Amino acid sequence: MTTATRTPSMTMAQALNTALRDALADDPSVLVFGEDVGPLGGVFRVTDGLQEQFGDTRVFDTPLAESAIVGTAIGMAMYGLRPVVEMQFDAFAYPAFEQVVSHLAKLRNRTRGGVSLPIVVRIPYGGGIGGVEHHSDSSEAYYTATPGLTVVSPGTPQDAYTLLRQAIACPDPVIFLEPKRRYWGKGAVDVADTGPGMDRAVIRREGASATILAYGPMVATALEAAELGVAEGYDLEVVDLRSLSPFDDETVSASVRKTGRAVVVHEAASFGGYGAEVAARVTERCFHHLEAPVARVTGLDVPYPPPKLEEHFLPNPERILDAVANLQWEREDRA
Amino acid sequence: MNPDRKTYDEKTAEALLPTAEPLQLVDARGARVDCPGHELPSDEQLVALHRAMVLGRRFDTQASALTKQGSLAVYPSSRGQDACQVGAALALGPKDWLFPTYRDSMALVAHGIDPAEVLVLLRGDGHCGYDVHATHTGPQCTPLATNTLHAVGLAHAARLTGDDDVAVLVLLGDGATSEGDTHEALNVAAVYRAPVVFLVQNNGYAISVPFSQQSAAPTLAHKGIGYGMPGVLIDGNDVAVVHSVVTAALDRARAGGGPTLIEAVTYRLEAHTNADDATRYRQKSEVADWLTRDPVERSRVHLRAAGLLDDAAETALQAEGEKQAAALRTAMQDEAEPDPASLFAHVYDKPTALLDEQAARLADELAEQA
Repeated sequence: MTTATRTPSMTMAQALNTALRDALADDPSVLVFGEDVGPLGGVFRVTDGLQEQFGDTRVFDTPLAESAIVGTAIGMAMYGLRPVVEMQFDAFAYPAFEQVVSHLAKLRNRTRGGVSLPIVVRIPYGGGIGGVEHHSDSSEAYYTATPGLTVVSPGTPQDAYTLLRQAIACPDPVIFLEPKRRYWGKGAVDVADTGPGMDRAVIRREGASATILAYGPMVATALEAAELGVAEGYDLEVVDLRSLSPFDDETVSASVRKTGRAVVVHEAASFGGYGAEVAARVTERCFHHLEAPVARVTGLDVPYPPPKLEEHFLPNPERILDAVANLQWEREDRA
Repeated sequence: MNPDRKTYDEKTAEALLPTAEPLQLVDARGARVDCPGHELPSDEQLVALHRAMVLGRRFDTQASALTKQGSLAVYPSSRGQDACQVGAALALGPKDWLFPTYRDSMALVAHGIDPAEVLVLLRGDGHCGYDVHATHTGPQCTPLATNTLHAVGLAHAARLTGDDDVAVLVLLGDGATSEGDTHEALNVAAVYRAPVVFLVQNNGYAISVPFSQQSAAPTLAHKGIGYGMPGVLIDGNDVAVVHSVVTAALDRARAGGGPTLIEAVTYRLEAHTNADDATRYRQKSEVADWLTRDPVERSRVHLRAAGLLDDAAETALQAEGEKQAAALRTAMQDEAEPDPASLFAHVYDKPTALLDEQAARLADELAEQA
């Protein structure tokens, strides 16, 4: 295997760019549009160079109107095209919310299977980059609470490539949440690696004492916690959920049954958050294997704070390890 | 000044403005009116339009009756808007698409969709009873104005695909013009020069809120110029002018001329739905006044005077309407309940594990009840 050419190291933003480029090259029905995705290449440069390569009928700037971006994508998909649209930031996707929940998510169902909407809505999401207000929301639970949507979030450059290619090929609409604080993180990307399937979670680090369940921006944070935990005597398993909806109960339950303890981590607030669903599902399926209640480490239940306060808001390895320490350990449980 | 900024001379701008009075080809008394730039449809078309209005009206009264009998969950009547719905539907070309709302059942019937399929939504059997791709018709849209963007997207997709024989017609009401999506759709349509026609049926009320509380614009057609597209104001109870103006706008769209905004002034003779009480917000005298401008009667008088309709033809048309109504009543007597298992069939392309689990649970429940 020619790993030297096949697995170059690239940033997550470059991996996403490569995925879009390859999808545009492979399928003439794929289109990329949104705000500033043309000559500028997107505010995070994820669409850099695409208009130059594929022309302004396949990669184009839209008026500043998010509902129109999703609404017109729906009409275009009805005509047989495969739009990949960009919402510039998490909180700027809200004007499109009605189109997402009332049409994008429901049209297949409303037409009894008559209309498929193979549309990807890319949303840079989450905090940690010092963004001023409305630039750091974790909006995943709004989407995962909506039947008909598939919601995925990559935690590594490899998954950024693989999941985006799978999302574009998917016959259903996919909300693709890009952890913007990880855009510049590097990793090996093998474009031939098709991964375990878009709906599967993966074990990023094997361990025996407790399972950390994370996705998107928190995968790297959970892995960091696991490394720090070694010195404290924990052998932590880290599961990267990848697909938020549908949820991979099989992989998650197997891990928690093995370790007997679980901590779910996300940046969004705790109340009514995605972690509540994860905790409920794990409890329902693994109750007799659990040594302690499923713990949650989340952002605070406050509106996303100004940049100078965000370090207090965001989950970090220390908070994850604190949660681990509270999992009702008996002396002999520790690895 | 921004170098990219377009400058309009006064003449160009003026061409985008509507006329002071709504365009008419046939006035309220059924008399032919001269309307420069707009041709009366052919005799054959006028007869076809009248026939579709008579059948549409009969469909509408039958649907209202079925609702009173409990066969339909709800029915938003379009009686009074017959000319808008029929004139617009019959203007569509073979490859054109239609994006209707819930009040456009008559347009769907005129468009050739089986009346029983049209009523699937309102009967509560499903969300959309007809085949969207086969009929080139979007599902009837309930969240108002959201269908305008689907229309613009499909129109733009047709252009990107190189299909210059496709135009799209989207139907909306006066209330929907206040929604943000209408603004976004008009703007994007004009920027993309999308082959789409916006037909606003201004029926005077958004449920109970009168037009005076909906917009302070001189007319809704005046909004066109703000987006850089022509705005045309027409008499929505004159089927001839509706058909003529919508046909011309669709032709212009297909030829690459861009979108058009048409405001058709009309009136909703019935309440919003059978569940609404219109006497709480409008005077009976107002309704009585609009009854004198009934679009079907206007067409009838016009055709009789032009020698295009006689007693025998009218009798035959009535009989055709009764036959259609009887067929609809029979179809609505079908007691077949929708299959509960179908709940899970079309949420995703393939059911998820979660849906399989819930489907099995529901099947167990039903087996226990059996």
